[in-house]
Amino acid sequence: MSNFYLPEGLPTPSSGPDGLAAPYWEGTRLGKLRIQKCRGCGAWQWGPEWICHRCHSFDLDWQDIQGKGRIYSYERPHHPVHTALNGHGAYIAVLVELPAYGNIRMVGNLLGDPHQDVPIGAEVEAVFEPHDTANPPYTLVQWRRV
Amino acid sequence: MADRTLRGKTAIAGIGETIYYKHGQSPDSEFKLALQAIVKACEDAGISPHEIDGFASYGNDRSDGPRLAAALGVKELKFSNMFWGGGGGGVCGAVGNASAAVATGMADCVVAFRSLAQGQYARYGRSGAAAAVMGDDAFLFPYGVMSPAQRFAMKITRFMHDHGIKQEALRGIALACYHHAQNNPNAVMRGRTLDEEKYDASRWIIEPFHHLYDCCQENDGAAAVIVVPADRAKDLAKKPAYVMACGQGGDHRSAAPVHNMPNYPSSHFGKLAPRVYAMAKMAPTDMGIVQCYENFTGGVLMSLIEHGLVAPEAANEFLVKETLIVEGGRMPLNTSGGNLAECYMHGLELVIESVRQIRGTAINQVKNNDAAIVMGGPMVTPVSSLILGSEATL
Repeated sequence: MSNFYLPEGLPTPSSGPDGLAAPYWEGTRLGKLRIQKCRGCGAWQWGPEWICHRCHSFDLDWQDIQGKGRIYSYERPHHPVHTALNGHGAYIAVLVELPAYGNIRMVGNLLGDPHQDVPIGAEVEAVFEPHDTANPPYTLVQWRRV
Repeated sequence: MADRTLRGKTAIAGIGETIYYKHGQSPDSEFKLALQAIVKACEDAGISPHEIDGFASYGNDRSDGPRLAAALGVKELKFSNMFWGGGGGGVCGAVGNASAAVATGMADCVVAFRSLAQGQYARYGRSGAAAAVMGDDAFLFPYGVMSPAQRFAMKITRFMHDHGIKQEALRGIALACYHHAQNNPNAVMRGRTLDEEKYDASRWIIEPFHHLYDCCQENDGAAAVIVVPADRAKDLAKKPAYVMACGQGGDHRSAAPVHNMPNYPSSHFGKLAPRVYAMAKMAPTDMGIVQCYENFTGGVLMSLIEHGLVAPEAANEFLVKETLIVEGGRMPLNTSGGNLAECYMHGLELVIESVRQIRGTAINQVKNNDAAIVMGGPMVTPVSSLILGSEATL
């Protein structure tokens, strides 16, 4: 039984040559959820940018946050678009908004029965999904109903 | 300052399309398809391809302008232009960019075109992603959010939720497109009729709201339109379709990463549509011809609402086949079959159909044919819109 929500063989995340998202991915390896907070104006920002979109400060901090949010939207793909998903069947992706952090949103899978009802507005919490044997290792952030 | 507008300054004088194919079935290469479409558009306008002096395209078209200019023996290249952004968001924008070049005297005869043979390169509906992904993709692909349908579906889910719009409204859009394709000899889905039962029984691509028939095709083909100054268009072979307005863009941070655009459940026409109507000095009620890019029917729904063509509270009642077909419908939609049923020519087939409608030569001809609106590429950023008109609208 796999410890992963989706089959192995899907594209793996990389922070890329510019390193913009590296603090996020380093954080998930440690079981921490991190997003940007502007030291200039205090705005929460996600996804990562080099500049604060509100005050244009380049002084962006990364802060550990609580992985608690609510389902803003969802989808249940049935048709596999990647060979790793052939024969897998339906799965659920959710868009989660985090009210405590300026309503920034994160994308992940909703753990559990892929055919479960997905109520918009339902509370969810983050669950870390480590891929320790990948090269390089990485950890995804998934969500489950609370 | 002189009047800063495109209104009435340019016109589409020629249109050209290749045979449209299901992906993988074109016997000709993508670049050859581009040449075929451009030569046909020139023939339609009565202009020699040597006279073209500019190229405008979008969607990262692989047939680049300078190479086309060389192949066609263009005497002097004056305008070579690519619209940023993915999907068909640039379809109207490319016509607008061509018009801007012509209106300002940068060039005199610009072709706006799209060549796309998905069977020869990557299919949009399959992920060709590498083993590792970065940027925005790193936050989406590992969760199985990869294809355009998957990247946009959650916008549609939320919009339908917020406004109480039902699947049947999307079905009405699909039925109208398939209906119009049945008379169109160049429609890939001609001969493949669609009714309510077949739609309802079709498999889920993505639940909710994306049955098979809510999703565009994947095709091979090319299409082109010739843009010239309005004065010149009057003297050419065909009745001119004047460019009355064009706009492109996105609303506040609509390209924000990881689905963090403030106005999430949107086709992103909310700010753009009023600008386009203002430039044209026309209103939604003036649009007898309505062509809306279908990547997915939910995108059409949001585009129609954000262009003021349908009120959200009226969508369930209004978006039925009977309203949207040429025969007696109050708002005929995608009268050649569109991306769903004619060809996914990245929306340029919608511009070409608008020109035919204004000329009065469409297969499914509408009666109120003086003004057409085309809406391109809902949900991406930038999107673009175009209003074309007959001489009566000038």
